[in-house]
Amino acid sequence: MRTDKKDLQLNKFLVFMNALVPLALVAWDGFRHQLGVNPVEFLIRYFGVMALVFVLVTLTITPLRKIFGWGFLIKYRRMLGLFAFFYACLHLIAYLGFDRGWSLSSTLADVIKRPFITIGMASFLMLVPLAITSTDRMLHRLGAKRWLKLHKLVYVLAIGGVVHFYMIVKSDVFWPLVFAFILMILLGYRLYARQQKNTPKPKTQPKKTA
Amino acid sequence: SSPAVNPVSNAHAIEQPNTLQEITHYNNYYEFSTNKSAVAKAAEHFVTSPWTVEVGGLVGKPRTFDLMDLLKIEHEERIYRFRCVEGWSMVIPWQGFRLKKLLDLVEPLGSAKFVAFESYYDKEQMPNAKYSGIDLPYVEGLRLDEALHPLTLIATGLYGQPMPNQNGAPIRLVVPWKYGFKSIKSIVKITLTDTMPETTWNKLAPDEYGFYSNVNPNVDHPRWSQATEQRIGELSRRPSLMFNGYAEEVAGLYNGMDLKVNF
Repeated sequence: MRTDKKDLQLNKFLVFMNALVPLALVAWDGFRHQLGVNPVEFLIRYFGVMALVFVLVTLTITPLRKIFGWGFLIKYRRMLGLFAFFYACLHLIAYLGFDRGWSLSSTLADVIKRPFITIGMASFLMLVPLAITSTDRMLHRLGAKRWLKLHKLVYVLAIGGVVHFYMIVKSDVFWPLVFAFILMILLGYRLYARQQKNTPKPKTQPKKTA
Repeated sequence: SSPAVNPVSNAHAIEQPNTLQEITHYNNYYEFSTNKSAVAKAAEHFVTSPWTVEVGGLVGKPRTFDLMDLLKIEHEERIYRFRCVEGWSMVIPWQGFRLKKLLDLVEPLGSAKFVAFESYYDKEQMPNAKYSGIDLPYVEGLRLDEALHPLTLIATGLYGQPMPNQNGAPIRLVVPWKYGFKSIKSIVKITLTDTMPETTWNKLAPDEYGFYSNVNPNVDHPRWSQATEQRIGELSRRPSLMFNGYAEEVAGLYNGMDLKVNF
């Protein structure tokens, strides 16, 4: 599939608007006081889940490109990744503001004391350099090789994000497991693809050596 | 004329109760749903009539009570703080009667040391229960002196109306100085024993949920702090109180006990 420049701009605009839908929905619900009895918890969880969703969507691009040959998808990956960062920021802001009352000391204590916060914060901090280096200029400055290496952090932070989600629930692990399962497939595909690449396919029967 | 309020409830009627909407739309009742906002709807058609409560074990006069028998026991209103182990809290105006009044009717034997409680469980009525991740029926327990304490309540309603399904209809336990999960819902069986009974959350994760589970801001849950809580209706967290603010009444029950060990 080929997309000319005009189409690409329109498509990017459509992806952008769609990625804002989760925010629009929650804003609309908030406006009508429909965020439930504990809106603070709801917002924190909601933004966190959306951040994870966008991380997973971003990780889905490569398998789709390789399996179905949908190379054009790469053009939207950066934006989707930045939306993961955007929702992670909202998640962090809601946590800092409501849960920690903007207190730096209480946040630091929380990060040190609660393993799931430690993991969540670490995952967020890994997202930051990826967002900063997302521009073309940064890509050129770093060089493609180093840039790609840095952006491998996404695998680590994706695992961290899912573990962070798993650790907060009491016993209803269903949704954390759904995220873990999808992530496993996405990462598993990459391992498989790498192995395929590394093992040279024997074109003919190997000849017996005397 | 002023309503008859007993001194215990009067002493704690200092905080503004949460609204009925809040109390009935934010519930932990895993048999119906693990989503606190979804329990009200999921429990909508829960059939709680007829209802009996079997009280037995180490007692002189074991007996199965009809709900009507229990509603005849003189009721009072108690406005209690309710603190969930997850770190949120409410203030709830219950009506009910002291558990002691019920236990007196069955005459506990001298050998009885603990009270075990069991919730109703029916796969037909609670189809989501299989996804709850917890072992059912739900069971809880108290030491006998905790059960007999004047603050320990059997509640049959809130805000002057019969107990809403999602809050544990038709009768539930309320132990205001302990984390909410101790206050077992929809009770069908009460058994006096001489050994510490098993409790649901303790069975699932003994390092996270102890038998006592007294509200204690100084002893953290392994995965989160218990120092503060989010009062439903407020946007920031407030400090949690030792024994949920009932230390004056109940601290004596735990004299000489290390509450970090017996959490």
